[in-house]
Amino acid sequence: MFDNLSDRLGGVFDRLRGRGALGEADVREAMREVRIALLEADVALPVVRRFIDAVTEKAIGQDVLRSITPGQQVVKIVNDELVEMLGGQGHEGLELDVKPPAVVMMVGLQGSGKTTSTAKLARYLKQKHGKKALMASLDVQRPAAQEQLKVLGEQAEVATLPIIEGQQPVDIARRALEASRLQSFDVLLLDTAGRLHVDEALMAEMNAVARVSNPAEVLLVVDALTGQDAVNVAQSFSGEVPLTGVILTRMDGDARGGAALSMRHVTGKPIKFAGTGEKLDALEAFDPERVAGRILGMGDVVSLVEKA
Amino acid sequence: RKTSERLSSNLTGAVGTARLDDATLDDVEDALIVSDLGPAAASRIRGRLAEQRFGLQITPQELKEAVAEEIAAILRPVAKPIEIVAFPRPQVILVIGVNGSGKTTTIAKLAHWFQEDDYEVMLAAGDTFRAAAIGQLATWAERLDVPIVRGPEGGDPASIVFDGVKAATDRGTDALIVDTAGRLQNKRELMDELEKIRRVLGRLNPEAPHDVVLVLDATNGQNALSQIEVFQQVAGVTGLIMTKLDGTARGGVLVAAAEQYGLPIHAIGVGEKMDDLRPFDPDLVARVIAGVA
Ligand SMILES: Nc1nc2c(ncn2[C@@H]2O[C@H](COP(=O)(O)OP(=O)(O)OP(=O)(O)O)[C@@H](O)[C@H]2O)c(=O)[nH]1
Ligand SMILES: Nc1nc2c(ncn2[C@@H]2O[C@H](COP(=O)(O)OP(=O)(O)OP(=O)(O)O)[C@@H](O)[C@H]2O)c(=O)[nH]1
Ligand SMILES: [Mg+2]
Ligand SMILES: [Mg+2]
Repeated sequence: MFDNLSDRLGGVFDRLRGRGALGEADVREAMREVRIALLEADVALPVVRRFIDAVTEKAIGQDVLRSITPGQQVVKIVNDELVEMLGGQGHEGLELDVKPPAVVMMVGLQGSGKTTSTAKLARYLKQKHGKKALMASLDVQRPAAQEQLKVLGEQAEVATLPIIEGQQPVDIARRALEASRLQSFDVLLLDTAGRLHVDEALMAEMNAVARVSNPAEVLLVVDALTGQDAVNVAQSFSGEVPLTGVILTRMDGDARGGAALSMRHVTGKPIKFAGTGEKLDALEAFDPERVAGRILGMGDVVSLVEKA
Repeated sequence: RKTSERLSSNLTGAVGTARLDDATLDDVEDALIVSDLGPAAASRIRGRLAEQRFGLQITPQELKEAVAEEIAAILRPVAKPIEIVAFPRPQVILVIGVNGSGKTTTIAKLAHWFQEDDYEVMLAAGDTFRAAAIGQLATWAERLDVPIVRGPEGGDPASIVFDGVKAATDRGTDALIVDTAGRLQNKRELMDELEKIRRVLGRLNPEAPHDVVLVLDATNGQNALSQIEVFQQVAGVTGLIMTKLDGTARGGVLVAAAEQYGLPIHAIGVGEKMDDLRPFDPDLVARVIAGVA
C-alpha cells in the first residue's frame, strides 16, 4: 500500500512528464488516487465527494510549473484546498468577551476527551489569559466522573464546583452559575457526560443545560481517531446545540485525522484546539497546514514541493 | 431505536437496476466504506460480488443478502467467546487499548457476564495514571460486589497487577480481570510499560495472562488496524472486543481486521451499563453492515 499521496500519484503521472497543462482525463485519474488517500485517512465519504469535485474543477487546465512534476502539482493543489477547508491560516481562539461568567460548555461522544480537555482549557485560560476559572462536572452517568474533574482541577490549580451527590445536570449548571456570580469567576467551564447522538433523552438534557447556562462557547470534543461516523456525530450535535467550535483530541496518535475535515465541513465551525497528550499542558492551537499534510500522509507538503 | 432498524437503509440506495452493473457495485462499495471497512476491504468485497454475479439479474434483497454473506464468511471464523478454562485458577484477563475506548466499562461488563455463569471474579486496578481511574473501577467493583486489588494513584501498575495475581491465586478466584491505562500505540514508553505489566503477570503463573483483550472503539476508523497490529506485537493480543456499537458506527473495520489479522472477536459493547455486552454474532453484524437485518 502507498503511504502517501505523492507516491500514489507518481505512477499516474509518470507517463505524462513534460506536459504543459493538466488535462481533464489525467486529473480525473489522479483524483481516484486522491479519493482513496482521503478515505484511508478516514475523511467521511460525502465530504470526500465534495472535496474531489472542488479540487477537480480547480486542477483542470492549470499550468504545470516547470520545476515540478504534474504529480507534485496536483498534490500541491489538493493540499492547498485541504488547508483552506480546514480553516486557512489564522487561529480562531475562544470568544469570551461577554458579561462574566463566560460559560464554556463541552459536549461529545463517550470517551472523546471532554473532561481532560475541560481541565486543559481551564489551565490555559488561567495561565495564558489570567482568567479566574471555575469547572463543574455535569456528568452523573459515568462512575467517578465528577471525582475525575476534581482531581484534574487540583492538578491544574483551578477551582471545581463542590460535588453534591444526586444533583442532576441542569441543577448543577444553575448552581455553578450562581457560584460563579457570587465568587466573581471570569469563566465557567461545564464538563458534560458523554452521549451518543442517537440518545434522545441525553441529547435533550444537553440542550436543556445549554438553555439555562447560555454558553459563550459550545465546543464539540472529537477524537482524531474517528472514522466515517464523524458526519453523523457532527450533524446531530450541531442540530441540538449552538456549537461554536471543535476540539480535536488524541492528535498525538498516529491516525491520519481525516475526521478534522469532516467536522469542519459538516459543522461549518472552526477547529479551535488540538489535544496532543494526556497531560494538562498538551493543548495546542489547531494547525490546518500540519493536519493537511498528515491527512495526505506526507508531512509538510509545501516545503516538499518547493524542494522539487 | 435498534441498531438493525437504524441501519436497514444502508444499502437501499444501492439498487436502481435489476441487473448487477458497475453503478450498483459502486454503490455497494460506497456503502461498505461508510461502514468503515476501508477502501481496500470494500473493493475486495465488491470484486468478489462482481466475479460471481456481474450482469446477472438480482433483486435488492438478494444483493444485500449476497453482501451479508460475503462479510459473514469473513467474520465467522473469528467469532469466539471468552471461556474460563484456566487450570490452575485464576484465569488472568488483561484488558488493553487506546484512551477512552471503553476498557474499564468492558471489564465491569465481563465481570458481570462471568458472575452470571457463577464464576468468582476479582478486579485489579492497573490504571494508576488517569485521574480517578481507580475510583471508577472501584465503583464498578462495589456495584458488582466483587473484590478489587488497588494501590495508590500514581503508583506502579506492575506491582498492583502482581498483587492481583497473588490474591486471586490464594483465594482460588476463577477470573482476575486487569484494567490498564489507555495508551496510544505510537507511544513507545507506554507500550514498554505494557510489556512489563504482561511480564509481571506471568511471574507467579507462567500461563498468565491467559487472555489479552484489546478493546476497540467502533467509532474509530482505519486507525483501529494500526492499533491491532502494534498492540499485538507488544502485548500478544489474543482477542478483540468492540464497544459503542449502540451508536451509528457500524464497526466495519472488524471485517478488514478479520481478513488481515484473524484475531478472535469475543464480544461487542452496546451501552454503558454492566449488562450491555453481547456475544459477537458474525451473521448479525454482517447483516447489519449489509442492511439486511
Ligand atoms: N493521548 C491522548 N489522550 C487523551 C487526550 N485527551 C484525552 N485523553 C485521554 O482519553 C481518555 C478519555 O478522556 P476523558 O477526558 O475522560 O474523556 P471524556 O470525553 O470526558 O469521557 P466520558 O466522560 O466517559 O464520556 C483518558 O484516558 C484521557 O487521558 C489527548 O489529546 N491525547
Ligand atoms: N454508548 C456506549 N458507551 C460506552 C460503551 N463502552 C464504554 N462506554 C463509555 O465510554 C466512555 C469511556 O469508557 P471507559 O470504560 O472509561 O474507557 P477506558 O478505555 O477505560 O478509558 P481510559 O481508561 O481513560 O483509557 C465512558 O463514558 C463509558 O461509559 C459502549 O459499549 N457503548
Ligand atoms: Mg468525562
Ligand atoms: Mg479506564
